[in-house]
Amino acid sequence: MRKNKALLIFSIFVFAFLFVPLLIIVVTAFGEAPTITFPIKGFTFKWFANVFKSKAFVDSLILSGKLALYATLVALLVGIPAAYAISRFSMKGKGLLKSFFLSPTIVPGVVVGYSIFQFAILKLHMPVFQGLLLGHFLVVLPYIIRVVGSSLEQFDFSIEEAAWSLGCNKVQAFFKVVLPNITSGISAAFMLAFINSFNNIPVSMFLKGPGISTLPTTLMNYIEYNYDPTVSAVSVLLMLATIVIMFIVEKTLGIAAFTK
Amino acid sequence: MGYIRLKDIRVSYDNKNNILEGLNLDIQKGELVSLLGPSGCGKTTTLRVIAGFIEPNDGQFLLEDEDLTHVPVHKRNFGLVFQSYALFPHLTVFDNVAFGLKLKKLDKNVIQEKVDAMIKACDLEGLGQRFPKELSGGQRQRVALARALVIEPKILLLDEPLSNLDAKLRINMRIEIKRIQKKLGITTIFVTHDQEECFSISDKVAVMNKGVIEQYDTPEEIYAHPKTEFVARFIGFENFIPLKKKENHVYVGENGALFHVDNDVDCQSCQATIRPDDILVITSVDNKENILKGTVEVRTFLGKSYQYEVATELGRVVVNSSNEHIYESGQDIVLLLPANKIILV
Repeated sequence: MRKNKALLIFSIFVFAFLFVPLLIIVVTAFGEAPTITFPIKGFTFKWFANVFKSKAFVDSLILSGKLALYATLVALLVGIPAAYAISRFSMKGKGLLKSFFLSPTIVPGVVVGYSIFQFAILKLHMPVFQGLLLGHFLVVLPYIIRVVGSSLEQFDFSIEEAAWSLGCNKVQAFFKVVLPNITSGISAAFMLAFINSFNNIPVSMFLKGPGISTLPTTLMNYIEYNYDPTVSAVSVLLMLATIVIMFIVEKTLGIAAFTK
Repeated sequence: MGYIRLKDIRVSYDNKNNILEGLNLDIQKGELVSLLGPSGCGKTTTLRVIAGFIEPNDGQFLLEDEDLTHVPVHKRNFGLVFQSYALFPHLTVFDNVAFGLKLKKLDKNVIQEKVDAMIKACDLEGLGQRFPKELSGGQRQRVALARALVIEPKILLLDEPLSNLDAKLRINMRIEIKRIQKKLGITTIFVTHDQEECFSISDKVAVMNKGVIEQYDTPEEIYAHPKTEFVARFIGFENFIPLKKKENHVYVGENGALFHVDNDVDCQSCQATIRPDDILVITSVDNKENILKGTVEVRTFLGKSYQYEVATELGRVVVNSSNEHIYESGQDIVLLLPANKIILV
C-alpha cells in the first residue's frame, strides 16, 4: 500500500477530534478538585462513590435500565413478527413500509417526544412510566425491525417450507426453524435497542415526570446546577457499559449488520 | 386411473396471466416421473401445487382418488427435496433426519432406529453429529434425501435436486436417487431443466412449455418421436423444414423436392425435423428423393465430429459429420435425409 503522509496526518486529527474530549472526560473523573478541571490535581475514586451515594442517580439508573429492558422486550414482541412479515410476504406498499421502518433517524426524537407528550400525557393522562415506555418503544422499534429484518434477509425460506413438509404447522415451523436461525440477529437487535433507549434524551425530556427521570436527563439537570466530577464519573460508567455491549454485539453478529 | 391425478389445474397469481393452464397429469404408483422444461414453463409451480405450497385457482389434485387440493402442506406427508437442500442449519445431521419423526411423536427408540437405518441407507454413517455447514454438497444432498424419506412419505418430490452439484457427482447422485426410489418403490416427481438427467432416470417425462404439458411419454418415445416443434427443439432437433403433403408418406418441399417419410402423421402442411447427427453427407446422387443440396457456410470442430452449417434451398441446415471427410466452407455438398429419421411436427 502506498503511504500517504497527508492522509495519515489528517486521519490522526479526525481521530483526535473525536477521542480527545472523551479522554479528557475520563481523566477529569479522577480529579480531587470539587469542580471539573483539567489537568487534574490528585487522584481519587470518590466521584464514582458519589454517583452511587446520590439517590437521584441510582433511582434514575434503575429507571433507565428498567425502561430500556421493557421497551426493548415489547419492541421485540412487535418487531420480530413485523420484520418476518415484511421479508416473507409480498404485499402492496411493501417498499414504503420498509423504508418507513428502516429509517429510524428521519423523525427527530424531539418530534416523537413532543407528539407522545401531546397525545399520551395531555389527552390520555397516561402515567409517567407508561408514557416513557411508549416513547422508548417507538424509538427502538425501528432498530429491532431493521436488524432482525437484515438477519431474515439471509434466511432461506425453503428451510421453512421443508419444515412444513415434515409436518410442522406454520407456528411450529416459526419457533422450531426460523427463530433458532435468527437468534444472533435478535440478540444484536436487543442490545442495539437497549443502548438507544438507555441513552435517549429527547423523548425522555418530554415524558419525564416529577421525581421520575431517566439517567441521561438526570445527568443534564445535574450539570445545570453543579459542575463537579460526578458527571464525568457517570459518563465514564455509561461509556464503559456501551463499550461492553457493543463488544458483545461485534462478537455475536458483527457491527456490519447495522450498516447494511 | 392414476395414483396421482392433476385435473385441469389453473394457477394464476394476478388472475390475468396463467402460470398453469388446465394442466392434466396422471402418474401411476411407483413411477418416477420428470417434469422437464425451460425456466418459467411452470414445472416448479406444478410441483408446488402437488406439495401444497400453492392452492390452484381451479382444478383438483387427487391422490388415490382422495381430493387433497385444499389439504395444507403439513398434513400431506410428502417428502420434499429442495434445490438449496434447505437443511436446518442449527441441527445436526441426526436431528435433521429425525425432525419429521419427532413431530409425529414417535417413541425415542423407534426414532433412533429409523434414523440410523436411513443414515446408513443414504451412506451417511459417522456424520450424524455433524452440522450441515460441515458437509460437502453431495453429503448435504443425501441428508436432504434421508430427511424426506425417513417419514415414509406417500410421494417424493424433488425440485432440481442436482443442479448445485458438479458434473461427476450429479451423475452419481442421479443413479443413487434412482436406486433408492426403485428399492422403496416410492412414487416420485422430479423437476429438472436438464434433458440428459431427466431421460436417464425417469420412467416417464412430461415436457412442459408455457404452463401446459406438450408431451407426456416414456423418455425413449420422446427422444424418438417428439410430437411438437417445442419438444423437438428442446431435446436437440435443430433442423426444421416446412413441407406439404403430396400423398401418404410422401411430402414435397418448397423447391419441389420429394421426401419420403416413414412416420406419417395426419397433416397437410407441417415441418420435417431431423437431428444433426442423422443427416448424411453423400457424394453421389443415386436417387432423387430425400436429397437436399447446399453450400457449407461454417464448420466447427466438436471433437468426435465436425458440425457444418449448410445453406440449402430449404433454409439453413445443421449437420454433424465424422472426421473422415472434411468439407471446407464454400464447398457444395449433398445431404441425405433418411426416411426413417424424419419426424413430422
